[in-house]
Amino acid sequence: MSRIEHNMALTGDAPASISVKQKIAVTIGMLGFIILILALTNINFPSKTLFLSLALGMMAVGTIWFANEAYLGKHEGIKNDGVWFKSMTARGVLAWITGIGLTLFYIIIYWFPQYLGLNAEGDNTGVISLFDPLSQILNGGAASQWFVYGTLYTLAILIFGYKFILKYRHNRYEIIRTCSVMFFQLGFAFIIPEILVRLNEPYYDFKNIWPLNYDLFAGYRLNEFFSSGNLGVFMLILGVVSIFIITPFLTYKYGKRWYCSWVCGCGGLAETAGDPYRHLSDKSLFAWKVERWVIHSVLVFVTVMTIAVVYSFLGENSADFWLTKDIFLWGMAGFLTLLFALIMIFKREQLAKDAKIGAVSYLVVILAIIGINYFSGNGNIFFFGGDQLRQWYGFLIGAAFSGVIGVGFYPIFGNRVWCRFGCPMAAILGMQQRLFSKFRITTNGGQCISCGNCSTYCEMGIDVRAYAQKGENIVRSSCVGCGICSAVCPRGVLKLENDSPSGRINSEEVLLGNDVDLMDLLNQKSH
Amino acid sequence: MEHIVIIGNGISGITAARHIRKRSNHKITVISGESDHFFSRTALMYVYMGHMKWDHLKPYEDWFWEKNRIELKKAWVEKIDFAKKKLRFSSGGPLEYDKLIVATGSIYNKFGWEGEDLEGVQGLVSMQDLIELEENTLHTRKAVIIGGGLIGVELAEMLRTRNIDVTFLIREKAFWHNVLPIQDAEMISNHIKSHGVDLRHNTELEKIIPDENGRVKAMMIKSGETIDCQLVGLCAGVRPNVDFLKDSQLEIDKGILVDQYLQTNIPDVFAIGDCAQQRELIGQRKPVEAVWYTGRMMGETIAATLTGNKMRYNPGNWFNSAKFFDIEYQTYGWVWATPKKNEQHFHWQHESGLKGITIAFNTENKTFLGINTFGIRMRHDVFDLWLTENKKIDYVLTNLKKANFDPEFYDHHEKEIFRSFKNNMQEA
Repeated sequence: MSRIEHNMALTGDAPASISVKQKIAVTIGMLGFIILILALTNINFPSKTLFLSLALGMMAVGTIWFANEAYLGKHEGIKNDGVWFKSMTARGVLAWITGIGLTLFYIIIYWFPQYLGLNAEGDNTGVISLFDPLSQILNGGAASQWFVYGTLYTLAILIFGYKFILKYRHNRYEIIRTCSVMFFQLGFAFIIPEILVRLNEPYYDFKNIWPLNYDLFAGYRLNEFFSSGNLGVFMLILGVVSIFIITPFLTYKYGKRWYCSWVCGCGGLAETAGDPYRHLSDKSLFAWKVERWVIHSVLVFVTVMTIAVVYSFLGENSADFWLTKDIFLWGMAGFLTLLFALIMIFKREQLAKDAKIGAVSYLVVILAIIGINYFSGNGNIFFFGGDQLRQWYGFLIGAAFSGVIGVGFYPIFGNRVWCRFGCPMAAILGMQQRLFSKFRITTNGGQCISCGNCSTYCEMGIDVRAYAQKGENIVRSSCVGCGICSAVCPRGVLKLENDSPSGRINSEEVLLGNDVDLMDLLNQKSH
Repeated sequence: MEHIVIIGNGISGITAARHIRKRSNHKITVISGESDHFFSRTALMYVYMGHMKWDHLKPYEDWFWEKNRIELKKAWVEKIDFAKKKLRFSSGGPLEYDKLIVATGSIYNKFGWEGEDLEGVQGLVSMQDLIELEENTLHTRKAVIIGGGLIGVELAEMLRTRNIDVTFLIREKAFWHNVLPIQDAEMISNHIKSHGVDLRHNTELEKIIPDENGRVKAMMIKSGETIDCQLVGLCAGVRPNVDFLKDSQLEIDKGILVDQYLQTNIPDVFAIGDCAQQRELIGQRKPVEAVWYTGRMMGETIAATLTGNKMRYNPGNWFNSAKFFDIEYQTYGWVWATPKKNEQHFHWQHESGLKGITIAFNTENKTFLGINTFGIRMRHDVFDLWLTENKKIDYVLTNLKKANFDPEFYDHHEKEIFRSFKNNMQEA
């Protein structure tokens, strides 16, 4: 079925075409982008403030106008027409160009920031210098590659968030959720940390929780916190409280969505700029197996790494500080063993498969910790120092996985590759969601027609239909609660709910609509 | 171990196969000439609209069948020798069975219209129909759809996504008014029109006019008006796909006649899904029900029977669903187009014209009989229970919130609905 003939306008419009106004909007946005490219070549703009405003402004105006044209004046409702016909959203040429471009951008920003104009000595040049005026306003200093990145990242969430809101403006859950990620990105991830820097306090994104924020307990961060008085101590305490108290509590009440699709910055970008690629996730059973192994391995990696860096930060002598290397190490070993034991004692029926993965993961962690003590005794693990391990983690997971693969490959593998396969925070939240939460996606009796919209548009690659068509609720650790499966369902089958934990997992296959008497059912069961 | 052969890999046949496998070790062969693997027929439209690709329509990955020892055979059955228990195919050797389940589904109706076999004239039921539609609409700027049912409105939506002008001819005075009460039908009619469809009520097809190549170029309606078009969609209902069995010993009326155990007149031969016709009426249901859910229920039932637990086909309270462009529709219980004796309808509509409900109840004892709901999702299990327990209309309206299944933060209308009922219906 060739698509080329559609463009010959023999028929009505090709489903993938865009209007003239949208073409103008794209042009405006591209012009803004070209200013950034020109800045790269060290063109000396007469006024950086003006041209930076122009660049960001034109990209924003272009996107907003494009979105208005795409959705306003049309019926409210699901807008997936032609998704699989368009080059940009169906792994066509545009998708590959975008993917490769994003990937290169990430490689440069992580490892070759000098190409963007970051100079070890002296003033910024290139595109980074273009952002100096904004940086001056916010944090009082010159821009860095991370400031450029943070600005563009925030801009993307805001303007594509606007687009997303228009697209789903019939769905108040999506509107409120998107306002939330826009708010947390702009306020918590962008403005507040920059202002903290201006006030000479440690840079801190209050919503970026360990282990996503894998540097939180690194030695240099701990030194920063301890040298910043009460605020620094507060930040450190908040970091610990966030992962050990706030996170379990909120996940129990609302599922991991409270973080992954309402607060988190990675999730924020995936849900807004990444939304056009959500259907590209792999739904196969094989992908699910890979996912469980990879994400839990990353969790083990970050746990071992963090224990190692804290271990090397601490002292030997209890007279200096009560928390010594030994107390910390055995404390962690005890904590993890206890956690593992509690899960195995109380939740083992629920986890035939997942339990094995959890068991192996924790066993590895515990052995590694004990290994540190026995094999090195000098803060080394696997013959590496804790700090070296952290650098490797930062390179492999923090940069290569979450940035290059996670975002760079949006147009090829979908928008949640990092969240699904890599994020250790998602792994922890996922375990809590699977085992200790009121959240589930309820299936509405026998109404499912197995159409597959839910599975197709699940960014986490969950085969939602496999559950829905059996009348089962969906209780999966990876579900980020974006709500799109429920939105695209044409028959009103799916609903995100926080309800009592009992009866949450109705794994018994129900007869969907047949009236059976109980004796029949019993007879059936005995076969 | 018996060899159970199922003709048809739609929802009925596949549900039967899966449940037989779950409950037994029988050899299972599923035959289809249409497609290699089971797919969701109700979702064909989404492939055409670009929401999904063909592979997304398949509820099970391709390895599923071998793993569960369900053999798939791609072939068209030409003849069945019931005496020798043997199937003959349009090509290839015969196949013997011990038990046979016929689940051949539906084909679209043609009523002998002049020009109904022209090129560019088609319905939309099978995978082949979808491929044909792709080819036909390469050259289509304007299309006419005949018949105001569920497939008709789907086809209209599909064609509109390619900016093809659609004229939609329906016999009734409002969309699907042979099923929907008039206010519901009119609400949907208005919505269809708002999507740029030239919807014509009370209009019937006279004939379809060919060009010199045997391709449709226009069509004429009963009033004599002709409408130029390059595609005619035949969506005036479906009928059981049983023509290949017409001259056999199998008793057939509209569909294959079955008793309440889905047994045909021939031993070891059963029929399920759209192609089956009940000899005895079940409740107020029609003898032939071309509905996804009933096909699935029959598949489950026959699987129980064939694996040693003889089970009567006993569908519970009626339910169904559909989507008309942007308006979702669900129904539980019976809401007839015109109320029967001792029945009354209570209708509420939101000012947007995109949400509404119609509740049927008994005027004598106020028992709740059924609900149509548009643009508001309702819980299946709650309404199923209320119907089974013969709840009163007052109870249903007082507790309507419990049945709501809309996503979080959506507007609720229960109070408004309740007030409207009090003002318009009470003591009427």
